[in-house]
Amino acid sequence: MSTSTRNPIESLRDMENSRIGLYVVLLFGIVFYLFPMETAVMTMFKTQTEFVETVPFAPPSPDGFTLGALMTAWNTLRPGLVNSMLMAIPATIFSAMAGSLAAYGLTTISWRGQVAVFSIVLAGIFIPYQAVLVPLAQFWYQILPDLMNGFVNTAFGFITGGNWTYPTRSGHVQLLQLSITHAAYGTPMCTLLFRSYYKGISDEMIEAARLDGATAFSIYKNIILPLSLPMFAVTLIYQFTQVYNDLLFALVLVNEPASQVATQRLAALTGGVVQSFNTTMAGAIVAALPTLLVYIFFGEQFAKGVAE
Amino acid sequence: MREILNRLRTAGDSLRSVVSRDESDGQTLATDGGTQAAVGERRRDTLRDSLPVQWELIESAPFWLPPVLLAVFFVYGAIAWNAVLSLTDFQGLGEPSYSQLDFSMYARMASDGAFWQATQNTLVLLVVFTILCLALGLLVAILIDQGIRFENTFRTIYLLPMSLSFVVTATMWSWVYNAKSGVFNQLLRLFNLEGLVITLLKPAVVNADVIQWLSWHTTALAAIIFALIWQFSGYAMVVFLAGLRAIPDEHYEAARVDGASTVRMYMRVIIPQLRASAVSASVVLMVFALKAFDFIYSLRGSQPGANMDILATMMYRVAFDSLRWAYGSAIAIVLFLLALLVIGPYLYSEYKRGEL
Repeated sequence: MSTSTRNPIESLRDMENSRIGLYVVLLFGIVFYLFPMETAVMTMFKTQTEFVETVPFAPPSPDGFTLGALMTAWNTLRPGLVNSMLMAIPATIFSAMAGSLAAYGLTTISWRGQVAVFSIVLAGIFIPYQAVLVPLAQFWYQILPDLMNGFVNTAFGFITGGNWTYPTRSGHVQLLQLSITHAAYGTPMCTLLFRSYYKGISDEMIEAARLDGATAFSIYKNIILPLSLPMFAVTLIYQFTQVYNDLLFALVLVNEPASQVATQRLAALTGGVVQSFNTTMAGAIVAALPTLLVYIFFGEQFAKGVAE
Repeated sequence: MREILNRLRTAGDSLRSVVSRDESDGQTLATDGGTQAAVGERRRDTLRDSLPVQWELIESAPFWLPPVLLAVFFVYGAIAWNAVLSLTDFQGLGEPSYSQLDFSMYARMASDGAFWQATQNTLVLLVVFTILCLALGLLVAILIDQGIRFENTFRTIYLLPMSLSFVVTATMWSWVYNAKSGVFNQLLRLFNLEGLVITLLKPAVVNADVIQWLSWHTTALAAIIFALIWQFSGYAMVVFLAGLRAIPDEHYEAARVDGASTVRMYMRVIIPQLRASAVSASVVLMVFALKAFDFIYSLRGSQPGANMDILATMMYRVAFDSLRWAYGSAIAIVLFLLALLVIGPYLYSEYKRGEL
């Protein structure tokens, strides 16, 4: 990335002191950014008496060591983790696909007015979701069930006898609704990520293919899609993190305990009356694990997604 | 990657030479009276030219129209509906009645002390968080840009908190801020500073012998802001680092030749060139701040108390705890307008500069 020779500080390299000072500050930065996580990891292995009596960042003593908190947290969160995956993975794939297609139609094929259309989509990234919460709840819990009841009982009345009702209270349906909601609200961000990438693809290649009579679809399939693979990695990773980490939509759309996602379960664990911090810290680490793993293995892609 | 691109490019070139030969053949033939293929081509062209809209728009519509419609339905449809709902008196169970629309919810809002308190908290959070986050992010970016070793490791660790969920970070910070055995209070106790901080910060009416960071009105909002800065300054760092890397080396060298000190060089030459980075980072940070709901909710539930109640938490509480849907919608509209105030000018200027 940067050539180290260009840097003016480089000429000061002889001045060991300023160099050492720099690294001291940077190491202090590491302490600053990691200490809440470090205390969480230490605390989750401590017994109740141990974490009250010792300093939070010290490792547990042999007597105060326990895996009990971790087990409790794991058992509480495990169903939530499964639900989170079931919900987040399809939503992420859908958003990335939709974003890629939209960005292709709005970038690679150029037409007047496409920037205006793109701006409309783009604004969708920035809205506070509170502004859509009440209509969302209305849509998923009133409008859609009413429509579906009417449709199914009219069209298939001879089977249902007019008694079919949309399973609003089914946990699986709620999870599906949450997934669709995330897919829809994730699409603008994915479109943005793909658009900035497609802007960099040379026009010559596309022009050549077009002159050869290639259709818009075959250009997408044969040229754009293969070229997009690195960007798919970036988008999938970024979007998965976003969807997995969300709490607000889940709070509003999922109320069946069996279908709650990991963030909901953790919030319930944290908000409990008894503050057993070893269990809540273990819960935080367990709930963070999927995104932490993604970040550790694909940090570069995540940073790219963030930088857009 | 580059190899693939190159191969594709050469493939494209050869394709094009083939195609252009075909084209010229077609033209010569056409002047000779025309062949089937050339006429067909021309007929399609005239058909395309006679369309009321560009052919490319129609051709590309199957790709962008469905996703755009989905986004428009969920984003704009929902916001418009929300605006209408805010004009009704919809509350409790049942269905909204649209027969009588008025601004009574907004009137109620204007006379609601809790609303003004939440608005004030939101604005303070927005401004203080964004400015401090930018400042810290810039400082860290400059430090990382000094050609250090293990640059990637430092960058990865600094950005790590951002990959975590608000719920996770809120859980961790609830422990850090814990009055009895949290890290902060234990450290202060270690250096015998706890008493001093208590005398400085304890609210007049409170009777406590430990620092309750999240409950005292003198510290609650600051505690939230501090934790959010911890989580998002890494983001500001990444944006500024990209901005710093885009500045040509000559600018550094010129300042060096002029004999400017390092601090002076950054103040006069380098930082002024980071305006674009600062603007885009602050827009995104403000949007994060408006969305800080998840964090506060995980920390304190839907009733965080007046000290850290922001519009986002108030809206959720009013609508989904008290079932006062119309009032919640009205608060949501205010929140939406606040966001629009932040991003509207930004998107417009980006559009004008052709950056979109």
